[in-house]
Amino acid sequence: MKRLWITLTYIVFTILLIIPLIRIFTGAWAEGWQGIAEALTRPQSLHALMMTGMIVVIVTVINTLFGVMLAIYLVRAPWLGPRVKQLLNSLVDLPFAVSPVIGGLMIVLLLGPNTVIGTFFEAAGFKVVYALPGMVLATLFVTFPLMVREVMPVLQEIGSQQEEAASTLGAYSWYTFWKVTWPSIRWGVIYGVVLTVARSMGEFGAVLVVSGNIMNKTQTATTLVYQDVENFNVLAANSVALVLAAISIALLLLMEWAKKRKGH
Amino acid sequence: MHIEVKDLNKHFGDFHAVRGVSFDIQKGRLIGLLGPSGGGKTSILRMLAGLEKPDSGDIIFHGRRVNDLPPQERGIGFVFQNYALFKHMTVYDNIAFGLKVKKQSKEQIRERVMSLVELTGLKGFEHRYPNQLSGGQRQRVAFARALAPEPQLLLLDEPFAAIDAKIRQELRTWLKDMIERLGITSIFVTHDQDEAIEVADEIMIINKGRLEQKGSPWDIYKNPQTQFVASFIGESTIVSDIAKLRGFEDAVAWPDTKALIRPEYIEVGRPNEFSIISATEPGRIKHIHFRGSEWMVEVEVGEVTLITYRSLEKEVLQPGQEVQVLIHRAYLFNDSDSWIMENKLKEDPMPIHI
Amino acid sequence: MLYFVVLIVLPILGIYTQSLSGGWATFWASVSDPLAWKAVLLTVRLSVVATMINVLAGTMIGWVLIRYRFWGRSLLNSLVDLPFALPTAVGGLMILLLLGPNSLIGDLAGKLGFEIVFHEPAIVIAMVFVTFPFVIRAVQPLLEEMDPSEEEAAYTMGASKSKTFLQVILPTMLPGIISGGMLAFSRALAEFGAVVLVAGNIPGKTLIASVFIFGEVESDNPQGAASVSILLLTLSFLILWTVNIIQSRRAGK
Repeated sequence: MKRLWITLTYIVFTILLIIPLIRIFTGAWAEGWQGIAEALTRPQSLHALMMTGMIVVIVTVINTLFGVMLAIYLVRAPWLGPRVKQLLNSLVDLPFAVSPVIGGLMIVLLLGPNTVIGTFFEAAGFKVVYALPGMVLATLFVTFPLMVREVMPVLQEIGSQQEEAASTLGAYSWYTFWKVTWPSIRWGVIYGVVLTVARSMGEFGAVLVVSGNIMNKTQTATTLVYQDVENFNVLAANSVALVLAAISIALLLLMEWAKKRKGH
Repeated sequence: MHIEVKDLNKHFGDFHAVRGVSFDIQKGRLIGLLGPSGGGKTSILRMLAGLEKPDSGDIIFHGRRVNDLPPQERGIGFVFQNYALFKHMTVYDNIAFGLKVKKQSKEQIRERVMSLVELTGLKGFEHRYPNQLSGGQRQRVAFARALAPEPQLLLLDEPFAAIDAKIRQELRTWLKDMIERLGITSIFVTHDQDEAIEVADEIMIINKGRLEQKGSPWDIYKNPQTQFVASFIGESTIVSDIAKLRGFEDAVAWPDTKALIRPEYIEVGRPNEFSIISATEPGRIKHIHFRGSEWMVEVEVGEVTLITYRSLEKEVLQPGQEVQVLIHRAYLFNDSDSWIMENKLKEDPMPIHI
Repeated sequence: MLYFVVLIVLPILGIYTQSLSGGWATFWASVSDPLAWKAVLLTVRLSVVATMINVLAGTMIGWVLIRYRFWGRSLLNSLVDLPFALPTAVGGLMILLLLGPNSLIGDLAGKLGFEIVFHEPAIVIAMVFVTFPFVIRAVQPLLEEMDPSEEEAAYTMGASKSKTFLQVILPTMLPGIISGGMLAFSRALAEFGAVVLVAGNIPGKTLIASVFIFGEVESDNPQGAASVSILLLTLSFLILWTVNIIQSRRAGK
């Protein structure tokens, strides 16, 4: 019986995950190194990869800062009533429930060229939708819960006594955070960072809607793959996808490593 | 540090945890907050520390109202029940924490930390992490850490609750000595009567948020002022002349000392029920009362009537019967001091060395 | 704090107001457009299928990975998280390559009369791929926490392995299966990237809700897009809320 289940498990994994990965690799390799290099050095490829890179960095930094802060508020702040905390807690999970396309739509509706806020920004020379800021916002929205959700359970588990002890010894908030809280949540935060990087790199739907997918202007790596597929440019699509897949696997390994360190 | 508390109140939601508590504490005293779990003792302690805010009432340290001062500024040391040591720091760093916050120089810190390490008997362990220490060692680190910044007031929340029974006794004595030596005003919370009696100069009995009685252990046992206190402390016997009792002859060295003997520490029975018969003395049963789960026995020994309990499993004793009585220990009190005295004869006077 | 409010709450409110801004009539018109509700129906139906598959496969895999020791176990365990790490578009591409008209399996299936890519099966596969980790990761901690003495007690009382599984172990895993399944369902409903590449997106046939919304946005019909979004959102919120309740009830136990 046991053998059967294990074999079945292997089969599922192979079909669902392993073979497809191999296919991307072989697909990109169709014309060897040359083909891949050409596809990757197209101006739109370089631009798209750079766009993805920028978004990832900006989103990760912002969401880490605010995510950790919010997690601390939600778990520790004594001045927030328990009802309010519960409500906020459920709200944090909101982006998980929202389809990325809808997420992008919301940004367009709120800040698009036809809206009050949008035209305000545009007059100031600052384009939001169909430009980087909009894409960053969309990705912020989608990846928001990741950091908060990683840090909160850790904070709850370690309890507030060490922090109270620090306060009786004369330490104020910032000092206590650095010396007492941070060492305990460090690995949870790192794991959250890896998750956020992976998610923001992979974001597709929301960014597609918000960016307009304008080649060489607002295209990201993922939307470029989409475009290449639609244009039947399979080799190029595979090459870009290969880069993304390789980074994802690296991230996956990082994830597992950080998870172990966190678990200790 | 002179501490005054006036009419302290605290609610947790609908639960009225602390009701109109008022008391005064003088500098250098060791006070025990004693009472059943959930009675409000820890809440009072935490409010004194600034870790909780009272709903109403005043807390005054040395003439100054401190209600609005955060814990960082109150000059207190707090020892938590579960030690709350900083897991990622060594023993040295834990103790040094309060000093580093004050930005003292490295040499100053080193001097103070090492002297505390010696004082608490942790020499050689400075570079260990909390998870490499035993319970008793961790407690001592917590203590040293709280003392490092030279606080005016030391607060301890059930400091021995998480410790093995065997080590508890040692640590208790050690703590009391330490605090007396340093002369620091201290308040500790406990639900263990023996601990309170043994360690504290004065006890405050707290039940259901109210202060039932405040006084020396001796006062409380002699004159319980409320129903609750009387039932809480149980029926102990007070003896003026303990030196007359067998095994306690050494007490002549301290005249004017009275003794309090808890019923749990008196054994009565027929001669064949005792292993160290030489430590017992004869007595006569005066009365015997059935208490549902055990017998309450009043036994006369010389001029003293002692109260004790006897299991239902044992042979039933009759009033008027001659029995042997073994007193295990007694609490001795006089105006300046209190301590426990063990029955000296319990030790085999002629040990056989192999 | 403010960041949170601005980033999350405002956009959600925005969408609700926008779609209703054209009045109830417009909202109703957009929603009752046959293409719209067909898309939603299709999405729900296929998500249910995908979730069912995931529940079955996920429970089995979660069980195997926790209970059995075999070569490659930790490798597989790490691979479970791959769909979390991989961009959905890449996932879609992988499926396209694997099962599309030019591939081995695609050819084979075509000969058997089975159409995969650009038809419903592909959508289901894409959904299964993307939601693969959810049930597994929800079931594993429950299995780890479970006290082995419960099982042992059952055996000593004469219960067979399968009976024990059904009556002792499965109920312990159940909250995980349910909440994992609901999360998977919610995610499947919302999935865009993987599906859009493989579905063919034929209106009324293989057009799922999220792609429909995208189409409306591209055709400059934000109202229509918003209306269907509301439907999808409300459904997702209900699910999320239910999951939260289940989880807090479990924590309260």
